[in-house]
Formats: sequence, C-alpha cells, structure tokens
Amino acid sequence: MLNYVGRRLLYSIPVLLIASFLLFAFVRSTFDPTARLRASRDKTVVARERHRIGLDKPLVSQYGTWLGKAVRGDLGQSTRSGENVSAMLTRAMGTTLQLIVWGAVLSALVAVGIGVYSAVKQYSAGDYVFTGLSYIGVAMPPFWFGLIAIELFAVKSHLFYSLGLHSGDSRGLGLDYARHLVLPVATLCVQIVASWSRFERASMLDVLGADYVRTARAKGVPQRTVVMKHALRNALIPLVTVMSLDIGALFGGLIITEQIFSIGGMGRLFFNALLSGDVYVLEAWMVVVAACIIGFNLLADVLYGVLDPRIRLA
Amino acid sequence: MTTEHDIYDESPAPLGVPTLPERISADAELPAAATGGTRDPVPRSQWQLFRRRFFRHRLAVAGGIILILLIVLCFGAKYFAFYDKNHQDLLLGPVSPSKAHWFGTDQLGRDTLTEMLYAGQISLKIGLAVALLSTLVGTITGAVAGYYGGWLEQLLMRLTDLFLVVPAIAILAIALRKFGQSDNIIILVLAGLGWMYVARVVRGQVLAVKEKEFVEAADAAGATSARIIARHILPNCIGPILVNATLGIAAAIVTESTLSFLGFGVQPPATSWGNMLSAAEGNYNQNTHLLYFPGLAILLTVLCVNFMGDGLRDAFDPQSKH
Repeated sequence: MLNYVGRRLLYSIPVLLIASFLLFAFVRSTFDPTARLRASRDKTVVARERHRIGLDKPLVSQYGTWLGKAVRGDLGQSTRSGENVSAMLTRAMGTTLQLIVWGAVLSALVAVGIGVYSAVKQYSAGDYVFTGLSYIGVAMPPFWFGLIAIELFAVKSHLFYSLGLHSGDSRGLGLDYARHLVLPVATLCVQIVASWSRFERASMLDVLGADYVRTARAKGVPQRTVVMKHALRNALIPLVTVMSLDIGALFGGLIITEQIFSIGGMGRLFFNALLSGDVYVLEAWMVVVAACIIGFNLLADVLYGVLDPRIRLA
Repeated sequence: MTTEHDIYDESPAPLGVPTLPERISADAELPAAATGGTRDPVPRSQWQLFRRRFFRHRLAVAGGIILILLIVLCFGAKYFAFYDKNHQDLLLGPVSPSKAHWFGTDQLGRDTLTEMLYAGQISLKIGLAVALLSTLVGTITGAVAGYYGGWLEQLLMRLTDLFLVVPAIAILAIALRKFGQSDNIIILVLAGLGWMYVARVVRGQVLAVKEKEFVEAADAAGATSARIIARHILPNCIGPILVNATLGIAAAIVTESTLSFLGFGVQPPATSWGNMLSAAEGNYNQNTHLLYFPGLAILLTVLCVNFMGDGLRDAFDPQSKH
C-alpha cells in the first residue's frame, strides 16, 4: 500500500509539472503583466519592466525562475494590489475550505440517507419523488439554483442571507454564520447530492441482493441491522471513491457559487484575477487547484483499496 | 421479473453474431410456444431489437419528442414567434406573463418567449456541435490508443489525464478571453475540454472488443487496421459512445450557460439562455419571470437529453444497472 501511494505520488509530480508549465505558458500568452504600464509617458518603462521581471527571456527559463521561487513559497506579487500571492491564496483557501467541508459533510449525510431510503423502499412513492428530484438536480444549472434560492429565501422571505459568510463584525460559528452558509452550500451541493444519492441507491440495491445479505436475513437478523450493518457499510465503498473525485472537482467549481454569493474564496480570487489579468495570481491559482484535483484523485484510488481488501493496488 | 421470453429477447449480442431468437427461428419446426407463446419468433435484426427496447422506455421517447419539438420551435422561431426578434416596446417596459406576452417582457419591453426561442438557437447549436465534435475527437483518440497500444496508448492516455486534472471552467474562461467569444470559438473551446471522457470510455471498449474472434478473422482476411477499427470494432462500441454523446450535449449546454452567465460566453447582442439569466440577475422580488423561464428552458432541455441517454443505455445494454 505505502509502496503504491509512493509510486502514485512520484508519478503525479511530472503530471503536475507538465500541467503547471502548460498553464503557465497559457496564462503568460494571454495576459501581459506590463499592461498597466502601457499608458505611461516614458516609452522605455515597459521595456525596462519586461527586462526586470524577465519577460524578454525564453518561456522555459521564465517558467524555471517562477518554479524555483514557487517551491520556496514565493509566488510573486499581485499585479493589481501588490499583495503577496501566497498570503492571498492562504486567506482565500481558508474561506473556500469552510464551504467545501460543510458542503461535503452535509451532502454525504443527505445523499446517503436518501440513497438508503430509496433502496430499502424501492418503487415506493418516496423513492419516485427522490428519483424525480435527483433527475432535476442533475439537470439544473447550479447558478440558476443559486439565483432562485436567493429570490425565494433571502429576498422574498428573509430566512437566510446571500452576501458573504459573516455580517458586520460577527465571527466564528453561530446562528449568523449558519444563516449565511445555507444558500451557498446548497448551491454548491445540489448537483452533488443528486448524483451521490442516485449512486448510493444503485450501490445499496446491488448489496441488498447479495448472498450474504440473504444469509443474514435467513438467520433472523433484524432488518435494521441488516440494512445499517451488513448492507450500508459495503454500499459505501464505491460511493467514497466517487465522493473523493467530486470533492477534488469542487475546488475548481466554486467560481460560480462564490461569485453569486460574494464570498471571498478561491473562486472569487480567480474571477477577479481573470478580469484584471493578474498573471501571478492566476498561475498560482491554477497550480494549487490542479494539485488539489490530483490529490483527491489519488485519495479516491487509495481509499478504494483500503476499504475493499479484494482490490489489490499494483 | 425475468421470464423465459425476456431472456431471449433481451440477450445482448455483438453485431453480426446470430442472436438467440434468430437461431431458434431458423428451426422451422419449433412451435411458437417455445419462446413464450405471445410473439412469433420472427428473426429480428440488432437494429430492430434496439428500437423495440428504446421505444419501451417511455421517458426516453417523451424526452426525444420534446427535444425535437424544442429544436423545431427554436430554429423555426421566424415562423413561430409572435413578435420580431429584438422587437422593443419601451413604453410597455417589463410586464409579468399575460395573454399578449405568455412569458412576460423584459425592461426594454421585448417578449421573453420570442427572445428565448432565438436564444435557444445558440444554446442548442452549441450543445449539439460540442457533443458531436468532442465525441468525434474522443472516439478517434480512444480507438487509436486502445487498438494500437504501446507508446502511442501511453502518450494519448497521459494526455487525457493531463486534460482531466486542469480546472475546466477556469481554462474555458481564460481561453475565451484569449481567442474571442464567437459561437465557433466557444464550440471549439468547449469541445477541447470535453473529449477526454469519451476517449477513456472508447479505449476501454476497444480493449475488450479487439480480443474477439471476429476481429482476428478480419485481421486474418487481410483487412487494414483502419478498416478493422472503423468497420469491426467501433460499431460494437456504438452504445457507450452514443450515451456519452448525450451526456456531452447536456454538459455543453450547462457549461455554456454558466460561462455566459459569468460573462465569458455568448456576448450581447447575441443571446443564449445563459446570458438571458445573466441579464436577469438582480431581478429579485420584481420581474422574477425573467429569472425563471430561461432557466426552465435549460432544465427542460437537459432533462430530455438525459432521459434519452438513459433510454439509449438501456436499449444498447439491457443488463446494465445504473
């Protein structure tokens, strides 16, 4: 197992390096860090700045310089605010992690609940309702759900808030935090809950038809124990893999949610950097998010092997 | 419930291999009762079997009909819409749904229903074109990788992995800023980030199919690699390819609307359902019809496409569970 993880980590280093080089080249060729100096009266200032930050060197050596600094934690300064990029990323990541952690935990609980109910009461009215809702949840553009949620729950009734994570000077956990968190987390998770619950239903039905469940029933084990202990535990294994992959993808998918709800996390950081052509922020953002996705992909494979001993990771 | 009849009727067989009912019907003496008694054991082609299974899936059929209706209504908007495109009525302003304006009007007094039909042209065009293009690229990549194997496979599949780890929506937004935002660019960029899923599925299928005897037979008969891939292998992968293509349509429509909503996709004065929603953002508490209807159009389209995908999956692979 350790061997496998080690090998996968080693293997993901070149992937991350190549991906980050391509992203670097892509961002560099799209945006110009000296754009803000173009209006300057001194015509030589652009050339001097290009020389200072090394834009006159070939792309590979520019990347080398950037990478050399990046691995030592120096991601450069924002061209917009002059702020240290690593500080900006850390702050944004803190906000984003709150959304992702709450989102993942709540989605998992809700989706597993729905999935188990639907599988145990297959073809009941409740099952049909949940299946119908999950079809709608998967098909709905998340940002539209967010807009409707704001209209219904923050504007028409003032049940929840739709701006940021805290109001005024309130801090930490509490009612205010919860009322801010509900709508963005729901927007972030509506698609996820829909697809996870369908997945859990299918995997639960699979397990409930297995021989060992029939054996347990034949021995007279009560329904509750059969469902919660024999079936659920095994039905969770494939779901955990899917969850891990989806959570990795969430890091990139936050752009819309944070934009709609004006939350200053990774998504908004990217959005603002894109609008103002903030090269260093974009480069750092891309690499961090790609690393998160790679990390969670690896986690998915590892968990699968840990949870199901029949699977040999080679 | 699985009856004897179902087993005969639903057994999937690769194309070109006689299916069970065919073999039974070849025996003229066999009484009809042997296959269940309700139907004559007439030989059925794969296509007929597929069609029967698809049409038995009522939601898929309904989805298909609504989708065709939507396509006809949107692309024939010139003939169906009650108002001209961009016809303004500034004195009227925004009104709620009424008899004259079924879906209401926007701030410039434009009929929402009319605008939605014209916007649908772009949304549907992008969805269909992206699915077509990414399926094409993905199928070729996956088939080449799966069939030839070796370093070519390694190269292509590592490339696929690379595309899978980049945050797609971010790349899309930057690419659209770099290359401009015309429809064709949007289609190319979306397809450029959508082909990997098809490629993975096709590669897996090709790996399985290329071990079959009929491929060996074709090879022994002297068929070229290109001919074996195109004539013998790919027709046997058509199910997963089509199912993934429907998923691609749905994903492309939603992604386009998201990008347009964020302001990176279709630009005004051109309209898509996504940028209609972008224009409607902030219309809380008043003119909410501007918020609801374009979103419902996206939802309906994607639902129909997904139902069709389910129908196709069941029709091509009756034993699949999902």
